[in-house]
Amino acid sequence: MHVDGGVQVSQSTTTTGAGRVENEGPFTRFLRATEVDVRLLGMIVALVTIWIGFHVYGQVVNGRGAFLSARNLWNLSVQTASIGVMATGMVLVIVTRHIDLSVGSILGFCAMMMAIVQVWILPEYLGLGHPMIWIITVICGLLIGAAIGAFHGYLVAYLSIPAFIVTLGGLLVWRGAAFLLARGETISPVDSTFALLGGGPYGSIGAAGSWIVGILICIGVVALLITGRRQRNRYNFPLRPMWAEVFLGLVGCGVTLGFVMLVNSYPWPRGIVRQYAEANNIQTPINEIFISHGFAIPVLILMAVGIVMTFLTSRTRFGRYVFAIGGNPEAAELAGINTRWVTVKIFALMGLLCGLSAVIASARLNSATNNLGTLDELYVIAAAVIGGTSFAGGIGTIYGAILGAIVMQSLQTGMVLIGFDAAIQQMVVGGVLVVAVWIDTMYRRRAK
Amino acid sequence: MSQTEHETPLVELRDISIAFGGIKAVDHASVDLFPGEVVALLGHNGAGKSTLIKILSGAYKRDAGQIFINGEEVQIDNPRDAKKYGIETIYQTLAVADNVDAAANLYLGRELKTAWGTLDDIAMEAEARKVMGRLNPNFQRFKDPVSKLSGGQRQSVAIARAILFNARILIMDEPTAALGPQETEQVGDLIKQLKKEGIGIFLISHDIHDVFDLADRVSVMKNGQVVGHAKTSDVTKDEVLGMIIMGKCPPGAIPGPGALQTV
Repeated sequence: MHVDGGVQVSQSTTTTGAGRVENEGPFTRFLRATEVDVRLLGMIVALVTIWIGFHVYGQVVNGRGAFLSARNLWNLSVQTASIGVMATGMVLVIVTRHIDLSVGSILGFCAMMMAIVQVWILPEYLGLGHPMIWIITVICGLLIGAAIGAFHGYLVAYLSIPAFIVTLGGLLVWRGAAFLLARGETISPVDSTFALLGGGPYGSIGAAGSWIVGILICIGVVALLITGRRQRNRYNFPLRPMWAEVFLGLVGCGVTLGFVMLVNSYPWPRGIVRQYAEANNIQTPINEIFISHGFAIPVLILMAVGIVMTFLTSRTRFGRYVFAIGGNPEAAELAGINTRWVTVKIFALMGLLCGLSAVIASARLNSATNNLGTLDELYVIAAAVIGGTSFAGGIGTIYGAILGAIVMQSLQTGMVLIGFDAAIQQMVVGGVLVVAVWIDTMYRRRAK
Repeated sequence: MSQTEHETPLVELRDISIAFGGIKAVDHASVDLFPGEVVALLGHNGAGKSTLIKILSGAYKRDAGQIFINGEEVQIDNPRDAKKYGIETIYQTLAVADNVDAAANLYLGRELKTAWGTLDDIAMEAEARKVMGRLNPNFQRFKDPVSKLSGGQRQSVAIARAILFNARILIMDEPTAALGPQETEQVGDLIKQLKKEGIGIFLISHDIHDVFDLADRVSVMKNGQVVGHAKTSDVTKDEVLGMIIMGKCPPGAIPGPGALQTV
């Protein structure tokens, strides 16, 4: 597939396998025609299994299956956003054979800095609730994150300190610094516009907005398929059969529109509706008003980050270098790539994404607490690795990491819903991580 | 092409030294190369030839000595500097990024971009098909990561990358070590062709039979020092072997600092 030529490694065997056989089964033929990655398919199957498993378990054991409800899935999408955003950056870090253990602490530090900026500093100059407050705050958060990341990258690349050590130090340093900033206080509430970035009824774009986003995505999917086919035609590359193209288009649009219908079927809670009706002088009885949540803003942020990062990894020089360095650092250096500078950029980008996740996480809680983002590094790394990023370097995808984040978050919320202990939750998440990587290793060995 | 003593060399490495942890890998070595000339740099494993040449290609930074390109002293501190002066290197290890395809490897570090600033994969692949067609007409696996290619195919990718950018100076470190007889012959033909185009080529090998017929001159190294230089027309293979093994300079050669003093 041309769009992600430099990124997708495992899938290329499906298009030009040397040992092509004529009498292959219908499933193999289907995979070859659609050029769908087996790994991707495996992850989707795993995800669906987890979802249905939790739902059925809830129904049988607790008498109430809550997992596959609009409310839970909507919440799941919001909770995934923060981890998902960071996981896309972690892919690049791990692809270049580094690791970043400090993302949770950077998130905590950025959140604390942003809280100070928007609650303690800016209102003095601009006045409470000034529309510029959230913009300045977000920019501050992103810049602080990027600066911290760049500093880590500098230590790794130019002073040759292993990333494990640099970011392990960072894990402690930035958590401590976050505590010092506000002497351990929790700063709350944050600016009211800023709080919308965390989701919630007001921080969602409603039914109409969601339909617009969904239709735009569908148009995008179809446009990608058409331009891809046209490009292949122009350069005489092998084409997918027409039915496969149609199938991919239908699946893409179907999933998108299904997601739109799902988020639109989750109404605002009655209390919020009452508040809203009173504020807007609506006379209709409360229980007759149905206001949809629609996509939450953090979910839109995650989608945008996913698209931008995919573009970055597959269509830009920077992305090409990241994968080349991961594949063979020495060759990349000898080819004239400034590998140190690329490393700094990767860590800076990781830091920037931590800043963005800090926006989502602190806005969602409407406060900055000292322990915000604790243990996030483990979930982020797990998401990237479950999503197929290889510690051996050079292999990983953005969509995989986002799917990995959804898997991790599904496990987490699923276990909360069916009432597992926190202790058991940790054990399950840890076990799943190890098993997932084991399966992945087996798969790769066989694919060779 | 024969050169006179007055002509300016394309490359001159003068009194180069480098030490790794107290071991003098290269000790006051001097070699030169003229346009359209093939110089074979010979020596045992560990004689310092690869190290010397890595200083020219920017992979190592020298401790002492000077590098001249066309008579002007230049500063080469990293591979990017070397490429700026038209120096391209094919390493013994090939130095390809295994997880990306041939076109991506050819253009690694010098990618073609579209008007939008994004990678122009299609243009790169088209160019790659052209240059690979010249080197290895049977090569068709443009979409596969290089790790899936055979040794010879990987070698052609490495060579293609070096000649794609109009190199003036080509360094080949054991270029035929991983190849079968037919592919070795192809590389030989390629060297002759590049030579005709006026490119200066350093061939590095520990096996004299690989390179004697291709080279115009040989420079022999032993224990980090240059034993001597000789035109291949002035010496025999056995005499050169004597230089490699014992450091003994035959009458037809110009002795260097590493030559056996008893002669």
